[in-house]
Amino acid sequence: MSLKNIKNLVLVVLLGFLISACATSSRKPGQDYYTGSDTVKFLASGVPDRVFFATNRSSLHSGAKGTLNKQAAYIKSSGISVVVEGHADERGTREYNLALGERRANAVKDYLMSQGVASSKITVISYGKERPVNPESSRLAWSQNRRSVTVKSK
Amino acid sequence: MKKILLFVLICLFNTGLNAAVKIDITRGNLEPLPAAISDFYLDNPDKFSEKLKKLNLETNLPKVIKNNLKRSGLFYILDKKSHIQKPKLSHLKPRFEDWSLIKAQIMISGKIKIDEKNRLRVEFRLWDVVSAKEIEGLALFATPKSWRRIGHIISDKIYQRMTGEEGYFDTRIIYVAESGPKDRRIKKLAIMDQDGANNKFLTLGNELVLTPRFNPTSQLVTYMSYFKNLPRVYLLNIETGVQEIVGDFPGMTFAPRFSPDGKKVIMSFAKDGNSDIYTMNLKSRVVEQLTSHPSIDTSPSFSPDSRFVVFNSDRSGFQQLYVMRSDGRKVKRISRGKGLYGTPVWSPRGDLIAFTKIYKGKFYIGVMRTDGSGERLLTENFYQEAPSWSPNGRVLIFYRETAARKKGVGASSKLWSIDITGYNEIKLKTPSDASDPSWSSLLSK
Repeated sequence: MSLKNIKNLVLVVLLGFLISACATSSRKPGQDYYTGSDTVKFLASGVPDRVFFATNRSSLHSGAKGTLNKQAAYIKSSGISVVVEGHADERGTREYNLALGERRANAVKDYLMSQGVASSKITVISYGKERPVNPESSRLAWSQNRRSVTVKSK
Repeated sequence: MKKILLFVLICLFNTGLNAAVKIDITRGNLEPLPAAISDFYLDNPDKFSEKLKKLNLETNLPKVIKNNLKRSGLFYILDKKSHIQKPKLSHLKPRFEDWSLIKAQIMISGKIKIDEKNRLRVEFRLWDVVSAKEIEGLALFATPKSWRRIGHIISDKIYQRMTGEEGYFDTRIIYVAESGPKDRRIKKLAIMDQDGANNKFLTLGNELVLTPRFNPTSQLVTYMSYFKNLPRVYLLNIETGVQEIVGDFPGMTFAPRFSPDGKKVIMSFAKDGNSDIYTMNLKSRVVEQLTSHPSIDTSPSFSPDSRFVVFNSDRSGFQQLYVMRSDGRKVKRISRGKGLYGTPVWSPRGDLIAFTKIYKGKFYIGVMRTDGSGERLLTENFYQEAPSWSPNGRVLIFYRETAARKKGVGASSKLWSIDITGYNEIKLKTPSDASDPSWSSLLSK
């Protein structure tokens, strides 16, 4: 191969590394919660209906708390009752995921109560991994499925 | 259970000891034993009604046996076309040279008749072709519509004679039949014979049902249901269809199993986000709390002697396996490897615990000794979980899901089985997608 060809080859390979590095998700464990707006619905105008979790976690990051602050304000002012659903992604065993969904839903309930919502206004239900919002088997879908959704009680 | 089997053992010619051929099933990588299953013959065909004749029991009953023995991975069933001797003579006066010629080491023959009480009488003989003598001969009776069970019981007898272990063919499998799009799955409880026959749905699919488990001693099944949008553990009587909620818990109950004597249900109860393990005595309704820890404790399974319970807990920060005494004391972690462990289930032989392991994004079905040593992973996949033991502790049934592309296209869920040697991985036939299988004990027990 000529020198020019080798130089081009090396450039292409380096570019390849660069691109692949950008493409892989380099989220640290404990921080792979979804931060997008797809799949997000609204409890009321300006009040997102859900928060997202990192793999195997039920802790609320600051963005989630912000959303829940808005939910709490709306629930208190409107007087509605809500059901808080807890969900998990498909990358775990079924029974453990039921328990994890329950833990997530309760983390949200506890936070809403800490913001002044009466416990009698909140029911909790876990769906484990049974009701994904995005049925695809991809990291993005899984992060969208690790969620807790607040819905108006019927 | 329908009054099926009037089981009468008539030992015709029990040579008992020292068959020249034997199978050692603890070894992996077995050479399947070449076996010939002759068609059976009808002894008094004029006594068979037209309807009964149409069942073609002379070929279909041995077919049940053939499929069972073949699927065990231990036998190589020779093609019927190669058989030289006819069914009647094979049974009454076998010419062993004819069977030796086609390389059979054992031969099974049989005779079917209708007796004076209009019962089906099936007599089979298991022959050692190599030593030219009979290994076993038995007659069984049943109502004609239970002919498949006779095939399964004969299969168990042959398996037992050849391996020294109890068989697992006269059993049923309860599971969740799935259909519909992945984000709105319809799930129904279903039950079938272990070979896939007689598949029946037990619920209508109006609410989510999960993780059904057999009672070892009766017709009861325990499972989890979202009936009225309240996730709880229920009991279902297979015969009557009656469903009943277990206990009066103010929160989600899930992951139920029975105690070995069938008298208690052990399960998880989630309270304020925390899941602990509880038991409830079905008669007295007394509830006992076994774990009391802020971690998730779930997937409990009793040892066959009822003295211990293995369960899944994340008290160390991650899902691991723990064993405790059945009163909740002396909790000890047993899983040792890297990765997450779940769905532990104690073998009916008491010697092993099967589990699901998740490591580096892959799912494994494995077994370990009850102290956590000797961990062996049997199969690896994108997603699989929830092993259940055959009653002889030699085979595991579990389920596997395929990865889904956009909008859930390509997602499917099927039941699979594998021997604990790691060999003989087979997909089970179900009419629709399936998950959460549970294996019954031997029906004749």
